[in-house]
Amino acid sequence: MPPWLNEPITWGSALVLFLWAVVFLFIVLGFVTYAIYFERKVIGWMQLRVGPNRVGPLGLFQTVADIFKLLIKEDTIPRKSDRLLFVLAPALAYIPAFTVLAVLPYSQNLYFADLNVGLLYYVALSGISTLAIVLGGWASNNKYALLGGMRSAAQMISYEVPLVISVVGVILLSGSLNLRDIVAAQDGGWFWNWNFLPQMIGFAVFLIAAVSELNRTPFDLPEAESELVAGYHVEYSGFRFAFFMLSEYVYVYAIAALTTVLFLGGWHAPAPFLEFVPGIVWFLLKFAFIVFFLFWIRATFPRIRVDQLMGLGWKVLLPVSLLNVFLTAVYMELFIK
Amino acid sequence: MIRTEELLLNVGPQHPSTHGVFRIVVKLDGEVITEATPVMGYLHRGTEKIAESLNFTQIIPYTDRMDYVSAMTNNYVLVHAVETMMGLEVPERAEFLRLIVMELQRVASHLVWWGTYLLDIGAMSPFLYAFRDREIIIDLFNELCGARLTYNYMRVGGVKWDAPPGWMDKVRDFIPYMENKLEEYDKLVSGNEIFLARIKGIGKYDAETAIDYGLSGANLRCTGVDWDLRKAEPYSLYSRFEFDVPLGKNGDCYDRYRIRLEEIRQSLRILKQAVRQFPDGGETMGKVPRVIRPPAGEVYVRIESPRGEIGCHIVSKGKAEPYRLKFRRPSFVNLQILPKLLVGETMTNLITILGGVDIVVGEVDC
Amino acid sequence: MSEEKKEEEKALPDGARGAGEAQTPPVDPEREAKLKAAAEARAARAAAKEKADKEAAEAAPPEPKPPSPKQPELERIVELLKRDVSEEAVEDAYVNELNGDMPTVVVRNAHWRPAAELLKRHEELSFRYLRNVSGVDYETHMEVVYHMVSLGTKREAAIKVKTEREGASVYSATPVWATAGWNEREIFDLLGIDFPGHPDLRRIMMPDDWVGHPLRKDYEPLDSEV
Repeated sequence: MPPWLNEPITWGSALVLFLWAVVFLFIVLGFVTYAIYFERKVIGWMQLRVGPNRVGPLGLFQTVADIFKLLIKEDTIPRKSDRLLFVLAPALAYIPAFTVLAVLPYSQNLYFADLNVGLLYYVALSGISTLAIVLGGWASNNKYALLGGMRSAAQMISYEVPLVISVVGVILLSGSLNLRDIVAAQDGGWFWNWNFLPQMIGFAVFLIAAVSELNRTPFDLPEAESELVAGYHVEYSGFRFAFFMLSEYVYVYAIAALTTVLFLGGWHAPAPFLEFVPGIVWFLLKFAFIVFFLFWIRATFPRIRVDQLMGLGWKVLLPVSLLNVFLTAVYMELFIK
Repeated sequence: MIRTEELLLNVGPQHPSTHGVFRIVVKLDGEVITEATPVMGYLHRGTEKIAESLNFTQIIPYTDRMDYVSAMTNNYVLVHAVETMMGLEVPERAEFLRLIVMELQRVASHLVWWGTYLLDIGAMSPFLYAFRDREIIIDLFNELCGARLTYNYMRVGGVKWDAPPGWMDKVRDFIPYMENKLEEYDKLVSGNEIFLARIKGIGKYDAETAIDYGLSGANLRCTGVDWDLRKAEPYSLYSRFEFDVPLGKNGDCYDRYRIRLEEIRQSLRILKQAVRQFPDGGETMGKVPRVIRPPAGEVYVRIESPRGEIGCHIVSKGKAEPYRLKFRRPSFVNLQILPKLLVGETMTNLITILGGVDIVVGEVDC
Repeated sequence: MSEEKKEEEKALPDGARGAGEAQTPPVDPEREAKLKAAAEARAARAAAKEKADKEAAEAAPPEPKPPSPKQPELERIVELLKRDVSEEAVEDAYVNELNGDMPTVVVRNAHWRPAAELLKRHEELSFRYLRNVSGVDYETHMEVVYHMVSLGTKREAAIKVKTEREGASVYSATPVWATAGWNEREIFDLLGIDFPGHPDLRRIMMPDDWVGHPLRKDYEPLDSEV
């Protein structure tokens, strides 16, 4: 695809691009469907349950049935809500979630947009989803939703900063914002060349901030079911609710892929003698591990409190990530230059 | 100038963390509570009024439905009150059975609390672990009296059913099992940094306040007041057994958490001794007149339920029905301190504190 | 009604004691005898409505019994109340034998607030823990019973305050024991006793617009068949 992007756009190339986008949409939807199934199974096993096992063989069609149910549900809009914003919010949540996927490379040759500010693009667009959550919370005209929306805004602002700064170390090491170049810079044959070891601090901060960005346990404060019932999407039902859920899981996909690219060496094999296995397999394995890790955390941790969350973000993660930048810079100055 | 308004928020009656139909109207300044007013009565069934037209045996099932998480202790407080009034002797075997089921019930009740409390805090898994272990106790009760939650097991003068063959062995096997599981709980949860940060120093009060508000159970003992009715004013056979009363010192949610877990351990200790001393034979019903008619007068008895002091005040006019029956429900009394504790806390701490009090709404509303 | 009669007859051979008492007026003769022995002189001032009870007590055969071990406790409470609150404060005092010799003192409503202060603050009594508050409708009068205990000495006491049925009102103990707050609200709600001095006296169990007080003996339920 890359050459297509650099040429002037024609009807033919536009059609091909559109078809690819549709194909990719279905891949992502397939991922979301089975990520939810996987999550429910994994958490079920961790909690001494069996998880979904009724619809289809091994319950494989459970999520399909759930989504179908959501789609045929009555679409309710509260009478006193801000109708326009209420309708807009789910779409606004979903669009950036899907657009950030464009810059993620999967293997040496399989990638979509080869943007030289890929990382910046990701961070900039993912910030828009916050707006959708705040809008959704505000437009619902529900106090719980409002509290959830406000929490979300505070949380996203607090965690976007350490998230971005934690990857500065990676950028320094690879000298590029292009995600493909970042992966290429981690090629050394062995797994210790991957960024997660030299950038240990950055990796830890990134993981914590990423979980928080995803609004998943232990940082699921915007929806905190035991306090705010369901937080920002308390008034949403059916199709619109499905969109919020969908964007949440698409972000799981995006963050897992981004972590793999930034810190786990993308499609590189962990050892030279394993290089006969195609890169895409390594990518998917690492990706699946990160996804599993996110689900695992959800089954293990209680929820953090909102002021503790802010404290952690500003007082711990931000200084630590700055320290990481500083240490990386010193290292570069002394040994690389 | 920014105009700021206080937000009036109805927490409940349908809210996942109010443990039933209970409502708190909170005034919020941002997320900080400036005023909290509990509203109850959604589950008020008029038990005390109904009881005035029933005889004492008929009232027992109603007590099951007050604190439905700990029905055995409710059964006991009623029959104990009537026995005290009539001066009835309860056969030893029956008293042992009562004590064993009450202690099992205490373990089961604390397990429910432990699981739901962590669910409130946001951890889902411990809830299912706790219910797995509680299920064993429920099955034991089911085998004993045919019910899983509302047992209607005790009678004035004894118990309705003798232990089936092999039942006592199952109780004996359960004790070491549960001891192991408690260690697992501690490993899983008690050291979790997030959990500790959520509950340490939250909902603090001192002994003076606790006594003034008439708190009981773990809510009182977390301030260091050594007041467990099983030790302080022994009833049943508790004076025969060795056990400790766990005490806190800070009076916060963490101390209440530790005390409840430790109480499970102590209950298991009592159970161990009780199973060993359980008499081989004997009656399960004492000599009771066919119609139970306590003499005219009044009586107030109290026992230690898992939630604190549950009391029963009977005024009798010598009839088969009580003239007035009043239950002192620990959840109701313990909850009273809530508005005081909540001012200045955040919404999140509301859930932490309310969960820490350990209420059962069926008992609050009676 | 006829069924109840039958039950009573059946029960006669079982427990002559219980049945015999069921026919006498509703006061335990033994308890009353105790009261006489202990507080004959003071009880002489008791209200006229007690008269009937006393006659019943006199009719019962007087049994010589050893005084209760809690008798000194009771006398001490009465003495302190009379000394520090008012000579008039105590209306009646007896040991409730049914309830493990619980010292029971009937305090006059007018002196109840200072009496409550004394009971809680006095070093010797220090009934700091109020464990229960009940309201009882005796059809002739209303009564509020406060059960209290001293955590240090483990001594208990029941304090009763009587009031008229019409315009029932008892001074609130909430300023003394915070725990009385909701208990008194419950009594206000279910029995209609007013508690002057209560900081927040509203209905607690029944809806705010409910008419009547369900635990009163003359309460007419909305649907009498339920």
